[in-house]
Amino acid sequence: MGRLFAVVLAVITIVSAAIFIARIWWLPPDISVLGVGIDHQMTETMIASGVLFVVCQLVLAMFVWQYGDAGDARPIKTFPGGATPMVVIATILVSAEILVLTLVGTKVWGGIFLSPPDPSALHIDVQAEQFAYYFRYPGPDGKFGAIHPELIDDGNGNFFGLDPANDTAARDDIVSASLVIPVNKPILLTLHSKDVGHAFYVPELRIQQDFVPGLVIPLHFTATRLAKEEIVCTQLCGLGHYNMRAYLEVESLGQFQQWLKDHAP
Amino acid sequence: MTAPASPARTGVWVGIATITMSFAAYTSALLVRQGAGSDWQHFRLPSILYFNTVLLLVSSGTIELGRRRGYAWLIFTLGLGLLFIAGQVLAWRNLAAQGLFLATNPSSSFFYVFTVLHALHLLGGIVALGYVLVRLRAPTGGPPLTALGAVSLYWHFMDVLWLYLLVILALRL
Amino acid sequence: METTATSHHAPPQGFLRKYVFSLDHKVIGKQYLDLALVAVVIGMVLSWLMRFHLGFPTTAVPGLGKLAPTAAAGGVITPELYLALMTMHGTIMVFFVLTTAPFAGFGNFVLPIQVGAEDMAFPRFNMMSFWVTFVAFLVLVAAFFVPEGPPISGWTAYAPLSAIGKDAGPGLGTGQTLWAVSIALFCVGQLLGALNFIATTLDLRTKGMTLMRMPLSTWAWFITSVIGLIAFSVLLPACILLILDRVAGTSFFIPGGLVVSDRLQPHSGGSPLLWQHLFWFFGHPEVYIAILPGFGIVSHILPVFARKPLLGPKVVLICLIAIAFLSYTVWGHHMFLSGMNPLSATLFSVPTLVITIPATIVVLLWIGTVYGARMRFTTPALFCLGFISVFVSGGISGFFLAQPSIDTYLHGTYFVVGHFHFVMGVAAMFGIFAGVYFWFPKMYGRMMNDKLGKLHFTLTLIGVYCVFMPMHYLGLAGNVRRYSTFTDDYMKGSLPLHRFITIAALFTGAVQLIFFYNLIHSRLRGAKAPDNPWQATSLEWSTSSPPPFDNFGGHHPVVTHGPNEYGVKGPTGDYIMQASSDQPVTS
Repeated sequence: MGRLFAVVLAVITIVSAAIFIARIWWLPPDISVLGVGIDHQMTETMIASGVLFVVCQLVLAMFVWQYGDAGDARPIKTFPGGATPMVVIATILVSAEILVLTLVGTKVWGGIFLSPPDPSALHIDVQAEQFAYYFRYPGPDGKFGAIHPELIDDGNGNFFGLDPANDTAARDDIVSASLVIPVNKPILLTLHSKDVGHAFYVPELRIQQDFVPGLVIPLHFTATRLAKEEIVCTQLCGLGHYNMRAYLEVESLGQFQQWLKDHAP
Repeated sequence: MTAPASPARTGVWVGIATITMSFAAYTSALLVRQGAGSDWQHFRLPSILYFNTVLLLVSSGTIELGRRRGYAWLIFTLGLGLLFIAGQVLAWRNLAAQGLFLATNPSSSFFYVFTVLHALHLLGGIVALGYVLVRLRAPTGGPPLTALGAVSLYWHFMDVLWLYLLVILALRL
Repeated sequence: METTATSHHAPPQGFLRKYVFSLDHKVIGKQYLDLALVAVVIGMVLSWLMRFHLGFPTTAVPGLGKLAPTAAAGGVITPELYLALMTMHGTIMVFFVLTTAPFAGFGNFVLPIQVGAEDMAFPRFNMMSFWVTFVAFLVLVAAFFVPEGPPISGWTAYAPLSAIGKDAGPGLGTGQTLWAVSIALFCVGQLLGALNFIATTLDLRTKGMTLMRMPLSTWAWFITSVIGLIAFSVLLPACILLILDRVAGTSFFIPGGLVVSDRLQPHSGGSPLLWQHLFWFFGHPEVYIAILPGFGIVSHILPVFARKPLLGPKVVLICLIAIAFLSYTVWGHHMFLSGMNPLSATLFSVPTLVITIPATIVVLLWIGTVYGARMRFTTPALFCLGFISVFVSGGISGFFLAQPSIDTYLHGTYFVVGHFHFVMGVAAMFGIFAGVYFWFPKMYGRMMNDKLGKLHFTLTLIGVYCVFMPMHYLGLAGNVRRYSTFTDDYMKGSLPLHRFITIAALFTGAVQLIFFYNLIHSRLRGAKAPDNPWQATSLEWSTSSPPPFDNFGGHHPVVTHGPNEYGVKGPTGDYIMQASSDQPVTS
């Protein structure tokens, strides 16, 4: 029975690892500046923990294969050196891995969340609600109109609760259901929610960020390729969560400016 | 037994740790909540709270006297505990008369949460003390001195906890 | 009160006192295990329904249309039913299975016997602990029967979704309130339990049972109760504040200016992140509440079947304590993307990675124990080995999620689902299975069928890998979790893999019928168990199977040895019992 377990374990290990190595399921192609660092970090982690996974499982399988009770009088053996080598190996290996991953990883993380956005970044305001996203561009005046929650009226198309009658900054705000951006241009999003928690996730941008009601959370990135990808919600937000999507459309600068003109109120 | 075992005392210490931890959680909630919103309204604590505090402090003394001198002091302690709770009820009614209810403002919310929970925990102590008093009177069982010790430890803790809450409330509300 | 704890208590009389409102820790332990058994069946059926829908989104579940005519018209699961199933599955499994069985269940039955006590320190609190937990379970299950159905906010019940009330969606009215009340009650039950475990371990050890002679299983339950004490005394306040937000109109977790279902909500200034902090301050230690008893069980059982001492038992103990400490410094890693200060993400990331050091050491010590052993491959031994394997698999994927930069991609995908099911679900379940097969003879005086056990083990091992390993692949491909269907463009590519997982899950579920059959059949018809069927050393094997009501028949065992005396020349074989000079009792 021990040997059967050893074989089953070895097969499971090899098949699992092979599928990772063959990259049958893998990250979609990256379309952002910061994605390179994240992908690199992912590969590093995959190699380090993959080796640990395979070695641990196979050694366990080997010992199980080898050291069954055959009913003979074979004496038991203690692991050479006792517990000390285990402690030393685990501490050194894991600490080294932690050190490397943290040093490299912090740089990548810092690039997304700790560094300020490019001062020339295009600022787009994002409001999430059950179960849609709305994106707001400041218009020619470069200013966003103030948000009045009591004026929010989805039926009327006033998703942000703007008051164009009294608020000049609000009059030229462009509101869109998809996020249209120019390629190779730094983008700054400010995320806020109308109702409950949501999230902004674009796997191709390698970016994910929660919307937290009551907070305005900045997020910046730069897309490097023309693309049309889906933005999905990853924070459970209620009944229609599974259907909360929007499109990210990365266009050339010319196309983008035309789009702005076409959508001016 | 490897050590003179007193599970009752250990139990009370563990209980103290639990209650301390949960009030630490409430306190951190208060600090976060006060920092998160701009809607915090300060109000004056009802002055009866200070009178109640004196009652509770005295009761800690009388329970110690009870442990040494006997039964009557324990009954007196029980009375002081009940009086404290009655005093707290007056404090709640006082606030309600000012229009400050549980949901009026975060500051009043925390006031009610803190004081009600403390009162409930003290009620637990009152019940335990009552139980010990009954047991002391029973003709068969010997005097449960460990139990009395444990109850008085808990009682003192209720005292300390109340002082802590009073300071937090006075500073923050 | 002084006398109840230490003196010889009289055998209980009457059916109610014996089997229902029993003060006997052994009966209470079995009650907890039976509750977990009922809960796990419900939780598993819920997961089948979810998996069925994910694999076959347009196919009707046979019979479901009749059972839930509104939530599943025609038998096809609706999005709200899916989220309700998911919420209830998570809550039932985490609280009423993974906390009750390995900690409250086995701990209650075994811990007092392992330290040589007659009962827990506070038998009445112990009984209350179970019955409060039982009521908590009823309150939770009642959510299925209220008009709007169960809550749909997940087992983490993030505010404000969970706090607003019925405007936020179906099930978020009465159902969500029942959820919060149930969890608050559950906290009270577990606090009473933890109080007992700690006092019993500290004060009621028998003569010669020094702390260093305590079996690692007892140590693990003791450490777990300390973790539980701190964790549940934070979750309880969180639930109370949530209930107040829901029913009393306070604003602890709900900020101002929210418009839900076209209604401006009458709240202001609350902090959703406050809920997340309080919840995860409990939530991450909860993972260790589920898994540390498994660590103890494996460390206790593995040497019995390896017929040699555990490698470095003191190191294992130090590691368990280190894990317990560190478990309180890592909760923020659940909130890397929550908009908290990005700098603190790095600060939370480091202890999260560091906690893998003691965990790795323990795993290596287990593997090193198998080296040079004379392994007896009984069912409990196999489940211990399986535990090591799945814990390694689940632990390693933690390396990815502990790093904020990678979590940015994987957070909220199936990678996380695969990770925590391996490490907290399957590993903890394997610990529970090992415990059941190991202690069943002591509990019921009958042996379980070992052949069926091995069949159960082998198929379960293959099954769980087929279910949870592919979830990592899905996650890498960016497949998000908590979605009820994956049929449109974005997700279509993942459907075949989802279908494979569904079939594997239904298969693995069916395999559990072997276990249930074995459990029931052995309880009634199993071979009579000797007092010490496994030739083990700890005190529970010095008494009869099952033990008398006061555990040692009015006799106080005297401990002269540690629990780890295997592979030596003993009086009756290659082991020396902890109370070896004692006359074992048989009743």
